[in-house]
Amino acid sequence: MILATGLDTRYGALGSNASRPDGAAKVQGGFAFSSDMWAENMLWGATLRSPHPHARLVDIDVSDAWKITGVECIVTADDVPGEPNYGLIMQDQPVFARVGDVVRYLGEPILAVAADHPETCRRALAAVKVTYEILEPVTDAERCIDGSAPPIHPLGNVFRHQRILTGDQTIVGEIQVEGTYEIGMQDQAFLGLEAALAVPDSGGDGVELYIATQWLHEDRKQIAACLAMPEDKVRLVLGGVGGAFGAREDISLQVHTCLLALRTGRPVRIAYSREESFYGHVHRHPATIWMRHHADASGRILRIESRMVFDGGAYCSTSPAVLINAITHAQGPYKCDNATVDGWALRTNNPPCGAMRGFGVVQACFAHESQMDKLAAATGLSPVEIRLRNAMETGDRLITGQIMDSVAPVARCITETDRIPLPAPLPENAHELLIPGGTGLTALPSNIRRGIGWGVSIKNLMYSEGFDDFSTARCRIADGAVHVKFATAEVGQGFVMLAQQIARTVLGVDDVFLDPIDTQVGSAGSTSASRQTWMSGGAVDAACRAVRDELLDRVAADRGLVRAELRVEGTNIVDSLTGTTIAVGEVIGEYDIDHTVEYRHPATEDLDEDGHGNCHVAFAFVAHRAVVDVDPDLGLVKVVQIATAQDVGRVLNPLSVQGQVEGGIAQGLGLAVMEEIIVTDGKVRNPSFTDYLLPTFLDAPTVDMILIEEHEPKSPLGAKGVGEPPCVSVTPAIANAIRDAVGRELPRVPIRPYDICI
Amino acid sequence: MTRHSDSANESYRLNVNGSDREVTDAWVGESLLYVLRERLGLPGAKGACEQGECGSCTVIMDDRAVCSCLVLAASATESRILTVESLGDDGRLSDVQQAFLDAGGVQCGFCTPGFIVAVHHLLDRNPQPDDEEIKEALSGNICRCTGYGRILEAVKVVARGRTHGGAA
Repeated sequence: MILATGLDTRYGALGSNASRPDGAAKVQGGFAFSSDMWAENMLWGATLRSPHPHARLVDIDVSDAWKITGVECIVTADDVPGEPNYGLIMQDQPVFARVGDVVRYLGEPILAVAADHPETCRRALAAVKVTYEILEPVTDAERCIDGSAPPIHPLGNVFRHQRILTGDQTIVGEIQVEGTYEIGMQDQAFLGLEAALAVPDSGGDGVELYIATQWLHEDRKQIAACLAMPEDKVRLVLGGVGGAFGAREDISLQVHTCLLALRTGRPVRIAYSREESFYGHVHRHPATIWMRHHADASGRILRIESRMVFDGGAYCSTSPAVLINAITHAQGPYKCDNATVDGWALRTNNPPCGAMRGFGVVQACFAHESQMDKLAAATGLSPVEIRLRNAMETGDRLITGQIMDSVAPVARCITETDRIPLPAPLPENAHELLIPGGTGLTALPSNIRRGIGWGVSIKNLMYSEGFDDFSTARCRIADGAVHVKFATAEVGQGFVMLAQQIARTVLGVDDVFLDPIDTQVGSAGSTSASRQTWMSGGAVDAACRAVRDELLDRVAADRGLVRAELRVEGTNIVDSLTGTTIAVGEVIGEYDIDHTVEYRHPATEDLDEDGHGNCHVAFAFVAHRAVVDVDPDLGLVKVVQIATAQDVGRVLNPLSVQGQVEGGIAQGLGLAVMEEIIVTDGKVRNPSFTDYLLPTFLDAPTVDMILIEEHEPKSPLGAKGVGEPPCVSVTPAIANAIRDAVGRELPRVPIRPYDICI
Repeated sequence: MTRHSDSANESYRLNVNGSDREVTDAWVGESLLYVLRERLGLPGAKGACEQGECGSCTVIMDDRAVCSCLVLAASATESRILTVESLGDDGRLSDVQQAFLDAGGVQCGFCTPGFIVAVHHLLDRNPQPDDEEIKEALSGNICRCTGYGRILEAVKVVARGRTHGGAA
């Protein structure tokens, strides 16, 4: 572990390894996740789902289900009092499928029951008789472009079509490389399954929902619309969140749980199984990307061409925004003046896709980094040389016309990564766990080939394309203590810790109390897009500064001091005129101060017809170098080491950043060599942890990292979001390493054993 | 009025964390994980896969680390069961729990109780595991947040601490 930052900061303040306020409860097993929520007189809820990817819903017969003792409530589409559909961008997804209408994916909710026991729920669902008229599923996204597929939704089969035409469309490079790349459907696979507890108000005119989500206020807006209730009658409290990674941005069980609670007048908990979770949330878009690079003889990129097809599945979710991220990142972290890019996000009868860590950029990066290695080979340059020759810098114009005004240390990311020592060769007597395939000794050390591969990426931070993106925080001094409140979803990333670090630093106190995370304060926006350190960090910082300024005003007035000479330093108020100090802790008991602040980032614009516009706020960069051992005959891969240098702006909590980097790399490794939701004719074939393979302890490589600290002037704390970049370019780095080892093109991830050996 | 399911009528006794606990009016098909969490007020063991793949529900049963989602509770009446709630001393963290916090081994925390139990079990049997032994012993516990690096570090810190006479 190599860190670029010093650790001499006051413990608990920004820059230190402050401890998590929820840490002790989490290691003791007492931390309340949403699946741990319980209420007196509580019922269990469960959801019946379509077994068909495309079918007309002819009839629902619940009479036998009602005969089961313990069943208290059954709700269908007819029981939804408000909007029948929800959705983040396009409200096109039904709360429940309606008789006479169609189901559009396998797993679409038909109805929900509430009963006294999960087993009673299971029996009730098994007793419901549903009649379907099975329809041909549309599973090939290309058929939605050429029009040969019938519309499967009144809103049509195209979520978004956007091109980027920049510069000279006729330039032809002396060197051209091209390829068609495929990215499989990845699952976020958070460990904490979807769960919620809804508690109805005694009069039945409101409801409180304890929910694991990424964005409380957006959930509330959609739930209230479906329930036909004013938003202030729907109160959301963040239940402990067991990871998110994009899968909790959309509505899943929220409306169902509230409906059952309101109908029964009793608390209701719904908790998904792992199989249901695979059906209940959106996944990473599978994509097919064709790309051609034109370069001059020296390897300088002259023009890129690309066509990107993203299969969004049955409902829109965030598909249009995912697509925009993909096409606007087609150039990668490289200079490029001319571009011809065409992107499609399409509706099919496959599982709905939406947000997952990396959000469209993962797919684009796999394509452009595969291309960079082809370009290196065609020009006779090394993978490092070709990337350095084209490395983007601050001030460059992107293919959207936007000027790169973020700190952009692309070349430094590459050269610092290149300096990290390579691992020792695999010893002939290597421990069997170090050999591809692990125990069982199926691979012979003498047959193993080592490969080295590179991936470098650019990732936008925060929401794009004109979205009114803001976060709210409240800071107050009351009863001699500092309290901070926000609605920022803590999903594991450690924002609760960061908020305390900010408050300690700004206000000079050691103890910072966090109020419950709920909708009793303004929106914080979503915990996604690597945005909360910047956005909610900015809001907490601004709220704390407002409180500090008023505190100093009043201390100066009450004590006859010169306000302009007072500042907080460490845990003291220092009067630079006299040199005297007063401990902050000694004075805050005298004051009640309360400020709520909304933080907004600079406005962005929509893309125009030709894909031009200042659509993104800021960017972060990272380089990955992967070392792999491969058995080319058995197709087995062991990722030995990932070296990485990441542009982080400023390290606010070293351990926390390290955890994000290592965790993101593991997810990117999963996409590279094992993770895929396999869908055949619209049917998910592997909705379980037995068949959907996740990286285990034995799959995790050594990670050697350098954090590049060049403070980002636009960011309130100088820091960039660090969550997404680690999982963006590690996937192509591993793919390039496997290609280096076995000499095959391998245009698709995950790379399966039979891709390597057959 | 609640109508109770006719299937929930089993009663038995489990020995959990050193105490005999009555389980009444239970459905015989309930897993040990369900009974610990929903009937005995011990939510530390977590359910994340229901098929013994992820280790989030790890508990100690007669000195063996088991996935409590795979154990029928009514079959465990003769066993001594220890959950994450039994670790530490009067609210003080165990060395493993403390090391997970200090090393950055906790993010969302959902896998954490299962890991804590599995690490205690490993180090009780093998106080000085090498890296490969640690990884193999913990390969049945999935973490989606950390990439395992900080968890590995935590285990190594505890092993060193126990060797050098640190509190167990």
